[in-house]
Amino acid sequence: MTDAHTPAAPKCPPSPAAAEAAGPSASAVGSATSTATTPVTEPAAGFATAATKVSDAHSPALASEPPIVSVRDLTVTFNPGKRPIKAVNGVDLVVRRGESIALIGESGSGKSVTLRSLLRLHSERRTVIGGQIDIAGHAVLSLSNRALADYRGRVASMIFQEPLLALDPVYTVGAQIIESIRRHEKISVADARKRALELFERVRIPSPERRLDAYPHEMSGGMRQRAMIALALACRPQVLLADEPTTALDATVQIQILLLLRELQRELGLAIIFVTHDMGAAVEVAERFAVMYAGRIVEEGPTREVMHNPRHPYTLALMQSRAHGAMAKGARLASIAGSPPDLAALPPGCAFAGRCVFAEPRCHEIQPDAVQLSELHRARCIRTDATAAGMPRIEPATV
Amino acid sequence: MDISSKPRQVHPPLIDIRDRGGPAQPMLRVRKLFKHFDLKKSFIESLAGGGQVVRAVDGVDFDVFKGETLGVVGESGCGKSTTARLLMHLIEPSGGEIIFDGETVGTPGLSLREYRRQVQLVFQDSYSSLNPRLTIEDSVAFGPQVHGVSRREAIGRARDLLARVGLEPRRFAERYPHELSGGQRQRVNIARALALEPRLVILDEAVSALDKSVEAQVLNLLMDLKDAFGLTYIFISHDLHVVRYISDRVMVMYLGKVAETGPAEDLFERPLHPYTGALLSSMPSMDPDQRTQEAPLTGDPPNPINPPSGCRFHTRCPMAEPVCAEQTPTLASVRGQRKVACLIHEIGSGHSQADAAIYAA
Repeated sequence: MTDAHTPAAPKCPPSPAAAEAAGPSASAVGSATSTATTPVTEPAAGFATAATKVSDAHSPALASEPPIVSVRDLTVTFNPGKRPIKAVNGVDLVVRRGESIALIGESGSGKSVTLRSLLRLHSERRTVIGGQIDIAGHAVLSLSNRALADYRGRVASMIFQEPLLALDPVYTVGAQIIESIRRHEKISVADARKRALELFERVRIPSPERRLDAYPHEMSGGMRQRAMIALALACRPQVLLADEPTTALDATVQIQILLLLRELQRELGLAIIFVTHDMGAAVEVAERFAVMYAGRIVEEGPTREVMHNPRHPYTLALMQSRAHGAMAKGARLASIAGSPPDLAALPPGCAFAGRCVFAEPRCHEIQPDAVQLSELHRARCIRTDATAAGMPRIEPATV
Repeated sequence: MDISSKPRQVHPPLIDIRDRGGPAQPMLRVRKLFKHFDLKKSFIESLAGGGQVVRAVDGVDFDVFKGETLGVVGESGCGKSTTARLLMHLIEPSGGEIIFDGETVGTPGLSLREYRRQVQLVFQDSYSSLNPRLTIEDSVAFGPQVHGVSRREAIGRARDLLARVGLEPRRFAERYPHELSGGQRQRVNIARALALEPRLVILDEAVSALDKSVEAQVLNLLMDLKDAFGLTYIFISHDLHVVRYISDRVMVMYLGKVAETGPAEDLFERPLHPYTGALLSSMPSMDPDQRTQEAPLTGDPPNPINPPSGCRFHTRCPMAEPVCAEQTPTLASVRGQRKVACLIHEIGSGHSQADAAIYAA
């Protein structure tokens, strides 16, 4: 599944050089981007140069470049021992430089767990992570603690759903950004502050000079989220991980933040992994969709293709259960019967089979493989023909 | 189990003996409803007698007609949840009048206790609104017992209602809230609200915390129950798609005031207040080929502690003129059932577009 994007591309797992770069030495990590296998322009060179890379993000030349994020067969199990909860069960994910992908799913689908694994944010004692994660030449799962701290924020950084909880309440936001910059670079406080100010202007915080000295609680929700984006971008990461960044915001503010993320991605050439349950928000930001269910990616493809031609029954049902614009008054919503499966007792077959209108006996027995539907579009289902054939409206069901 | 296929009449008829005013009398009339929360005063402020207040709800007028669903939308801080709590008298209004079916609430004609029997509220957080130490059957049966129904009858009614909301009593009645999923718990909350046979149910973000697939189940259930029991709903939500789908009429609030009301389809098709328009175009587009290119509004909603003068929306309004900062618009009928509080739609308000807009309407 990982290199299905580019069948012709040379297989390019991180080279030994990259693995060395990911080693414990702090200076090596600083230069990791240059020792990585990618022969392209220096990505950390600054915002301005990266901006030129935008337009050809999907050109064939870049498609052959090794992906900046490559996740293979990721499994995450919480609480190993008595009652292990299998939150992620074999996720493969490839993200290229300058590309944005949305991980879409309901609660318990494993979307946030996957995202957090990319920064290794889960408690080590209570989590077992399997598989491989390579981000810009760093083998994330085998980084030492020191190297991990260098990697976080510098190579990949994250914005969270609730900035009030993610920001430290006892320091001004400016101080937090300066601290973060100085953790990764040898730079004076004055210079770091200057950069923090640029970042605030970049994310369009009004009267940025004054806002640098504000505490998180003194800012409004939208402003705090902008400040957190500025913090996440402080060390010029190449990968931005966004965990439901707009869910807690009001509608008129949400759209501002979505447009800001889109603009930053375009201008800085960031790779964005955007986790959300809201398809609408995902459409605004992402070029590619990955729909998750019970810890697996069940359907993946370009946004346009997935939206117009969903082929996994779950994706289809998810779209049909939405109340949308000009729906006939009084028409019933199609709903998905039942509730998501218990992650501590997953069925042997397809996890969605119990709620699926197209399920046949075989679905309960085997774990479906990904079916390649077009060059970039695939779904894990043995009945993709059924979803394509006429897309019948799923009968309303209760309980 | 499909509820819609067999509308079993467990409960009394649609023509309600409790209906005093007849069909033309609005179920609920709210007049000049205020709620100002005092902020903690400093010593000097308390000497001066001043201190700041949060104007959470600032003079709200609206009607809810019998048998309809009134959708209430707005951003955080607009006062929609405070309004819900004021309607239930969970917090005391600072001023204003609530008239339920022709009787003012809290007068000898309609005691607060009797009023609360007829009006019920379902909250957003399905977990914290249930008592963790009661089985769901006991939770549902609790209200009727307070109002003098025998325990046996109350439990019987509770089991009926649980079956009605799609929770098989034999499997679920003895469970505790933590043993249920979010969607199931919200069904329990709905059953509990119906246990007193209310006439008006206020749903305060009742489906907002649910996953989309479960949300659809609960919305279908709400519509079935409305038909079966002849209910009237006030449906509060920030999700415009859901509000448009479920509501007959919609009320848009901004910073403690009503910006606009009207029939749902008309209001969504032709928003009159600039805020309604901005709110509608802030909805993410579902079409990858027609992504939003520009945010309709900048900045966050202002703080209700010191709301802007004049029209409260003037600080973010694309149509604002100097007059908007001085003159407070009144909520007035424009055409048909539409009402809007905007100087553009007020004759002789001084806004340069005022007369043109009315002419066009």
